[in-house]
Amino acid sequence: MATQHSRSAARIMMAPAVILLLGWMLVPLTMTLYFSFKRYLPLRGGDLGWVGFENYIRFISSSSFWPSVMTTLTIVGGVLAITVVLGVFLALLLNQPMWGRGFVRILVIAPFFVMPTVSALVWKNMFMDPNYGLLAHLWEFFGATPVEWLSQASLTSIVMIVSWQWLPFATLILLTAIQSLDSEQLEAAEMDGAPATKRFAYITLPHLGRAITVVILIQTIFLLSIFAEIFVTTGGAFGTKTLTYLIFQRVLESQNVGLGSAGGVYAIILANIVAIFLMRIVGKNLDT
Amino acid sequence: MGQIKLNKVTKSFGDVAVIPPLDLTIEDGEFTVFVGPSGCGKSTLLRLIAGLEDVSSGHVEIDGVDATDVPPAKRGLAMVFQSYALYPHMSVRKNIAFPMKMAGVTADEQNRRISAAAEALNLTDYLDRRPGQLSGGQRQRVAIGRAIVREPGAFLFDEPLSNLDAALRVGMRLEISELHERLKTTMIYVTHDQVEAMTMADKIVVLRAGLIEQVGSPLELYHTPCNEFVAGFIGSPRMNLIKGAEAAKHNAATIGIRPEHTAVSMTEGLWKGVVGVAEHLGSDTFLHVHGVPGCDPMTVRVDGELPVRHGDTIWMTPQADKLHRFDAEGLRID
Ligand SMILES: Nc1ncnc2c1ncn2[C@@H]1O[C@H](COP(=O)(O)OP(=O)(O)OP(=O)(O)O)[C@@H](O)[C@H]1O
Ligand SMILES: [Mg+2]
Repeated sequence: MATQHSRSAARIMMAPAVILLLGWMLVPLTMTLYFSFKRYLPLRGGDLGWVGFENYIRFISSSSFWPSVMTTLTIVGGVLAITVVLGVFLALLLNQPMWGRGFVRILVIAPFFVMPTVSALVWKNMFMDPNYGLLAHLWEFFGATPVEWLSQASLTSIVMIVSWQWLPFATLILLTAIQSLDSEQLEAAEMDGAPATKRFAYITLPHLGRAITVVILIQTIFLLSIFAEIFVTTGGAFGTKTLTYLIFQRVLESQNVGLGSAGGVYAIILANIVAIFLMRIVGKNLDT
Repeated sequence: MGQIKLNKVTKSFGDVAVIPPLDLTIEDGEFTVFVGPSGCGKSTLLRLIAGLEDVSSGHVEIDGVDATDVPPAKRGLAMVFQSYALYPHMSVRKNIAFPMKMAGVTADEQNRRISAAAEALNLTDYLDRRPGQLSGGQRQRVAIGRAIVREPGAFLFDEPLSNLDAALRVGMRLEISELHERLKTTMIYVTHDQVEAMTMADKIVVLRAGLIEQVGSPLELYHTPCNEFVAGFIGSPRMNLIKGAEAAKHNAATIGIRPEHTAVSMTEGLWKGVVGVAEHLGSDTFLHVHGVPGCDPMTVRVDGELPVRHGDTIWMTPQADKLHRFDAEGLRID
């Protein structure tokens, strides 16, 4: 396969796809950079010329900037922690032989097929509504005052909703990883005198290392840009304004494309910082 | 420390009875080999002894104590798996240390035993490698090392050499036999390979479909197989089993003669046949001879120097005192 000829042929055949993808990435990126150095107000005069780094300075010195970064990181961190821990737990559970296992597996995976907008609306109206939500009824049943989830515990609520959406993904990946564990290793550990907890800690968990890494990396990419869940629940109020949401407000609510573009560049930087951190911490699991 | 007794043990998976009631005693310090065709229940039997499977009925006794409900870790047995089952993310040192760590052995004692095991198994240079960076034979030795350091009452081996190439197999066979000489610990060894069984065992247990066909020393099984199945299974190449008129002459349904117990002549003898394939091993030649009534082809061993070729006609005479006779049920007639 790997002759000189076949390699150059492969390159030529891959070229259209690579060029298309590159263009797909480069055009928006260049435009974002371009607008971020301009004063551009679509409804108030349009393109008003170059302004240097003014947009960058204004965006970062806004009082909403650092809280929005913190909110973003809290949501990402919270959802990752919940999905990984519960995902491992559920995967262990679903790996046990039990009656109706196939059906239960489908049920567990189902939330992943629900659109983010829909699931957030369902959570908001069916579960978290302080008057007629299911959780409110539950609280009342036990004689407690219903919690106004989306205003009193807004960030927690968002983390809950997003975790619910991503838990199936984590569970599925971790389940396939658990299934690939050689049962003889567990039996060997059992004979070596390791009780179930230690077998989990010394055999199963290290085996899951790579899958957990994959879950963390993929989820981070998507979680950094969550939007719909916030848009339809709190609309960015009650301390749930993420960096993405802030950019949305700057561009669409304030009609300031230049300022929003500068925010977009900050979002890229934040994503890269997070990525570097993650690769440092968990990336080594992907080697070997 | 290490007498194992199976008392009317049975095992079924669902409706399938894999082991019918079975009694067996393995004495302390004995090297016992389980042989039998694929799927006859060797691994299952070993796992029952190890406690990795629950018996359906009956009792497993270890050193005279009923261990039927004792969990695997508490039985004081060590197992070496066919796939080695090393822990891939731990170094060789940690792999070997694992059972001691679980048992709470002190660090000094751990190091002492690891060094001793590594020394004995030629692993000293590899202690800091991962299992993935070792050859098959080295992995096998790590698995044995992990078993040794526990100082178990008995070792259980499930086809430990089947993943190795022929040369390595011979080497490891000797190493395991030497280990047994040195430790004098009970060993139970499962294999397909009847050469391994013959060379290593103090006692061979021949199994078929979960039933014990015969128990005995390798030479007992070789010289006096109690039925046709054992006769055909022990010895390589297989014993020739002859049915029909030839057998009737000896008042038997079947007679058996081993390839090495037949004299071959180019001019005269009892049975006449035409040489098919001749396998030249150098020291010996095995001839597959066609045309002998009741047994086709018949295998005979001749000296490696004998000039026989495909298509030659030869005469064969069995040694009368080496003839085995079996009745219609396949049982030995003495
Ligand atoms: N978990 C199981 N469920 C159902 N049947 C099983 C199970 N394990 C083994 N068996 C059956 O039990 C029989 C004996 O299996 P076992 O693994 O003990 O054979 P074996 O003698 O070790 O064979 P081999 O030499 O191929 O390893 C086989 O017929 C097998 O199909
Ligand atoms: Mg087996």
